Amino acid sequence: MATAGATGDEQWPMWEVFVRASRGLSHVHAGSLHAPDETMALRNARDLYTRRGEGVSIWVVPASEITTSDPGSKEAFFESPAGKNYRHATYYEKSQGVPHL
Amino acid sequence: MSTTVTSPDDELQADFDALIEAEQRIEPRDWMPEAYRKTLIRQISQHAHSEIIGMQPEANWITRAPSLKRKAILMAKVQDEAGHGLYLYSAAQTLGIARDTMTEQLIEGRARYSSIFNYPTPTWADMGAIGWLVDGAAICNQVPLCRASYGPYGRAMVRICKEESFHQRQGFEILLELANGTPEQKQMAQDAVNRWYWPSLQMFGPPDDESPNSAQSMAWKIKRFSNDELRQRFVGMLVPQFEALGLECPDKDLRWNEETEQWDMGEIDWDEFFDVLKGHGHCNAQRLQHRRQAHEDGAWVREAAAEYARKQSAQLKAVA
Amino acid sequence: MSAETEPSVTVTDVELDAELTSTGLVASADEAEYALRIGDDSLILAQQLGWWISRAPELEEDLALGNIALDLLGHARNLLHFAGTALGKTEDELAYFRDEHEFRSAWLFEQPNGDFGHTIARGLLTSAFQFELYTQLAESSSPGLAGIAAKSVKEVAYHRDHAVQWTLRLAGGTDESRSRIERALINTWPYLDELFRDDELHERFDAAPRPSALREPVMNVLRQVLAEAELDEPKTSESSGDGRHGHHSTYLGPILAEMQVLARRHPDASW
Repeated sequence: MATAGATGDEQWPMWEVFVRASRGLSHVHAGSLHAPDETMALRNARDLYTRRGEGVSIWVVPASEITTSDPGSKEAFFESPAGKNYRHATYYEKSQGVPHL
Repeated sequence: MSTTVTSPDDELQADFDALIEAEQRIEPRDWMPEAYRKTLIRQISQHAHSEIIGMQPEANWITRAPSLKRKAILMAKVQDEAGHGLYLYSAAQTLGIARDTMTEQLIEGRARYSSIFNYPTPTWADMGAIGWLVDGAAICNQVPLCRASYGPYGRAMVRICKEESFHQRQGFEILLELANGTPEQKQMAQDAVNRWYWPSLQMFGPPDDESPNSAQSMAWKIKRFSNDELRQRFVGMLVPQFEALGLECPDKDLRWNEETEQWDMGEIDWDEFFDVLKGHGHCNAQRLQHRRQAHEDGAWVREAAAEYARKQSAQLKAVA
Repeated sequence: MSAETEPSVTVTDVELDAELTSTGLVASADEAEYALRIGDDSLILAQQLGWWISRAPELEEDLALGNIALDLLGHARNLLHFAGTALGKTEDELAYFRDEHEFRSAWLFEQPNGDFGHTIARGLLTSAFQFELYTQLAESSSPGLAGIAAKSVKEVAYHRDHAVQWTLRLAGGTDESRSRIERALINTWPYLDELFRDDELHERFDAAPRPSALREPVMNVLRQVLAEAELDEPKTSESSGDGRHGHHSTYLGPILAEMQVLARRHPDASW
């Protein structure tokens, strides 16, 4: 399932834009735009999403090429971590107060 | 809901209501009531159209800006508006309507946009008045929308509000320069403020008791404050700013009411508002024609780029 | 309600760059004359590109052309400001209160926007020229000019890329777009030659690259682009335009009339 908004029948398709704000950070979804091809999508992203120096690197991905999880099956997808508190450091109370733990 | 039979739709509705109640955001692929979707598409696309049409009254002065610094600021501002239109069209598109469709609706005159942009900008001082009053009112409206229950709309508004923080200030500074300038300049500033003051108050929409859709939008947490509440706040902010500018407020009846703790305002001419809304503003036809012309003149360019992309990907496939 | 009341919307305290790069330096008469030439080029082109904002073929292109116009306006302001230090004038006095014959722009920059194809063709030629010019000028013995050129060349590289990308798309798109870009190149090509003519200023002022030295690198780039787009080099005769000495195309008068009208109506005002 593609991201919402990829209709597939527009003259210029929609692209999702990811921007790295500075070195050391991940690319984060900034928004979307329309462009005829990937070369122009990248340039449009630069003009649209980094006018104020917001980025040092950009990814563009055709919206139709993104695979997303299905919100209808979110329980099956995201239920499992519940009840597995032992994955979190705060679960281990007896070691609280001991230095360097 | 006291019904004992729960259909799948009821369950979905209950999930949706619970998310809204818990101040959670609704995201694009979530189930949502059809009316919620329609309301959002209407509101966000209108908002986007307003940004795009709103470029014109100011673009009108880019070539004549009276200093190079002002020219650069104005260009950057009008350019921002194109960007804001784009952010909003993207947000609307997540609800299942393509930008091409929204553009068609706009240029065919089937979509609404803020009627404020159907007023003309005869002088340079209008650049100041638009920035100070129109952007000021827009920011007042938009800041609470950053918390709108629909995620993409809220996120677009955060970006827009951040970028717009300079729009109102630059407008104020244009007026300040004029107000402290030659007598002719000061008059120009006062005239522009006189022309834009009342329309900017109308931007908050009709009074609460005549605003049919407001209650539902508040319940859905798209809207957070009523039209009249926002208008009150805006006027309250303007009062000291008028003083800083040394310009007169066109509302001679405006005063603080100790009892109600509200601003008592002069009568807003709602007949004029609805008249402009119906298309009888100074510039309705001009604004649409400008947009239509740009769209039609650009058709061959958009087509060429799409065709080039088709050829390129066909070539790539042939090689592979 | 101000933006401050909404936690997700705050006015970020950004450290601001200097708006003009040439601050503090005083230009010589020759530096000023030269800065006016290339500054007027950028000013006139920015003035024309600004018209596109709200009229471009697609919203994304409103943004792109707007960015280019803003870059060029920035270059012009730097150069005019620098020239003004020799002439005792501000950037605005130079932009708004010189008459047509006092401008030094070349005819290529004065050519009208036309359709999008003409704007792209003109942009291809101007950016190819400015790129070579600024690349060489960045090495100039004039610190004022070199500083401005070093900043400008990076931006102009992007302008050139924008023009190249669109030239390829228009040439390789539809039959209509191909014929439009062909026509636009034919109409614009005659104004290249003026950019490569040396004159008396270059005899005495060696801190700027000789225009004649730019001809080959510029033409090489243009020929490469044409080859990639499978377009023929236009066979046109050169225009004898001579903007560097104040003899301008008929387009400049109306451009200046529009640009200067408000400032001149209030000569003593500040804005």
